[in-house]
Amino acid sequence: MSFKGADVVSIRDLSREQIEQVMDLAEELVPYATGEKSTRAMEGKILGNLFFEPSTRTRLSFETAMLRLGGRFIEIAQPQSSSVVKGETLADTIRMVEGYADAIVLRHPHEGAARLAAKYCSKPVINAGDGAGQHPTQTILDLFTIRQQANGIADKNVVLVGDLKYGRTAHSLAEALGMFGANLMFVAPPLLQMPKETIKHLEKNGITPRLSSSLEEVISDADILYVTRIQRERFPDPAEYIKVAGSYRVDNALLREAKKDLVIMHPLPRVDEIAPEVDHTDNAKYFHQAFNGVPVRMALIMLVLGGEL
Amino acid sequence: MKDFRVTPIRNGTVIDHIDCGQALKVLRIIGITDSVRSTVSVLLHVPSKKDGWKDVIKVEDRELDTKEVDKISLIAPKATINIIRDFNVAEKFNVKLPDVAKGIVRCGNPNCITNMDEPVETEFIVESKDPIVLRCLYCDRIQEDVADRVV
Ligand SMILES: Nc1ncnc2c1ncn2[C@@H]1O[C@H](COP(=O)(O)OP(=O)(O)O)[C@@H](O)[C@H]1O
Ligand SMILES: [Zn+2]
Repeated sequence: MSFKGADVVSIRDLSREQIEQVMDLAEELVPYATGEKSTRAMEGKILGNLFFEPSTRTRLSFETAMLRLGGRFIEIAQPQSSSVVKGETLADTIRMVEGYADAIVLRHPHEGAARLAAKYCSKPVINAGDGAGQHPTQTILDLFTIRQQANGIADKNVVLVGDLKYGRTAHSLAEALGMFGANLMFVAPPLLQMPKETIKHLEKNGITPRLSSSLEEVISDADILYVTRIQRERFPDPAEYIKVAGSYRVDNALLREAKKDLVIMHPLPRVDEIAPEVDHTDNAKYFHQAFNGVPVRMALIMLVLGGEL
Repeated sequence: MKDFRVTPIRNGTVIDHIDCGQALKVLRIIGITDSVRSTVSVLLHVPSKKDGWKDVIKVEDRELDTKEVDKISLIAPKATINIIRDFNVAEKFNVKLPDVAKGIVRCGNPNCITNMDEPVETEFIVESKDPIVLRCLYCDRIQEDVADRVV
C-alpha cells in the first residue's frame, strides 16, 4: 500500500493496515528520534508548518521530526487563534505555500480546514488538528504508545476517563481502539459521557463499550488508563466543577487498586487530573507518549513524501 | 379536460406532491422573487390522489435545473416534477436525493470551514434518505433538520 503523495486528514481515511504500517515504521525510527542514530532521509525536502492556532507539542514535535530526518521546515506560527490571517483565505494561503514546501502540516481553528486544504493542494497535507475536529497524528501516537507500552492493543482493557463528550482526541481514539480490538470502558460524569454517535459507531463494528461514572469501579480491570482533562468552562457552577474534577483525579491511592503494570496516558497539558506524585511511578507514561509524537510524525512525513532511511 | 384549479399553463413546470406546508420553502428555493415576470400559482393543501394532502406549485415559462431539483428533494422528497410543453405533460419525474449533496445546503456547524468565506461549495454525504441525514464532508458533523439550511 503506497502512502506517497497521500493526505492524512482524518483517522477514518486510514485502514487498519495503513495505521499498522505507520506504527511499524515509527518503531524502526525510535533510535533516530532520540538522536542515537542519524539519517538524511529527508535531505533537500521542506515541510510547510502552518499553525493558525497556538500549539506547543504538536508544532515542536513536527519540527523535531523533520529535523531528525535531515529535512528542513518553514512555518507560520500564529500566537492567537483569533488572528487567522484576515484578508487571505485559507485556500489562497495553501496554494501559495504549496509553491514553497513539499508537504504541508496544518493546525487550524475551524473544523474541516484540513479537508479544504487537501482539496486545494496537490502536495500531501497532514492535519495537525482542526478546531474541535480531527487530530489523526495524535490518535496514531496514542495507539503506538499503547502497542509499545502494553505489548499490543487487541483484548487490552482500555479505560478512557474525563471529558469524553467534547474531548477532541477521545472520539477518534475510541473508534481506532475499537478497530484494533481493544475492550473499551468509558468513565465520565453523565454530562460528559461519550456521545451516542461514537457509541453507535462502535456498536456497528461489534464493540460494546462499558460505561461508568466511577473510576474506582473499573480501575482494577484496566490495562491502560487514558486520562483527559475536564474543563472548568463546562460547569456553570464552580463548586460542582471542583467536586466532579476531584472525583476523577488519579493519585497513588487510586493506583493501589490497579494492576501493577497499568499504563497511564494523557495527551497533555494536564492541569491537576493526575497528581504529580504519580509521575514517579512506573505507570506514568505520558511524557513518553509525548516523545512518541516524534517517531510517529517522522514515519508519517517519510511515508507521504517517500524516502529511504 | 381535467379539473384544474388554476388556468392550464402552456409551457412551464408543475411541482406536484410537495409535502403539505412546504410550498413556501420550495418557492424560496426556486427563487420566486419580485423580479419574476411570469405567473406562479401556488396551491396549498389540496387533496392528493396518493395520500392525504399536498401542495402544488405551477411556474409558467420556466424549467428547473438539476441543482434546484436537488434542493427540492431535501424539502419535499416525494415531489414530482412535471414539465409542461404545449399544455401537455411532456416529462415527469420524481425528485431524487443525490448520494452527495453539493452546494445546496449550508453546514449547521458555525465553526465549520465552509461557513468562513472560503471559495468552496459545501458537500455532504447522504447517510440516510428517510429520514434525511447528511454528514458534512469537511467538518464531519451529522446534520438533521436540513430543510431550513437549504441555500
Ligand atoms: N397544462 C397544465 N397546466 C397546469 N397544470 C398542469 C397541466 N398539465 C398537468 N398539470 C398538473 O401537473 C400535475 C401532474 O399532471 P398529471 O401527470 O396529469 O397528473 P398525476 O401526476 O396526478 O397523474 C397535476 O397536478 C396536474 O394538475
Ligand atoms: Zn461542516
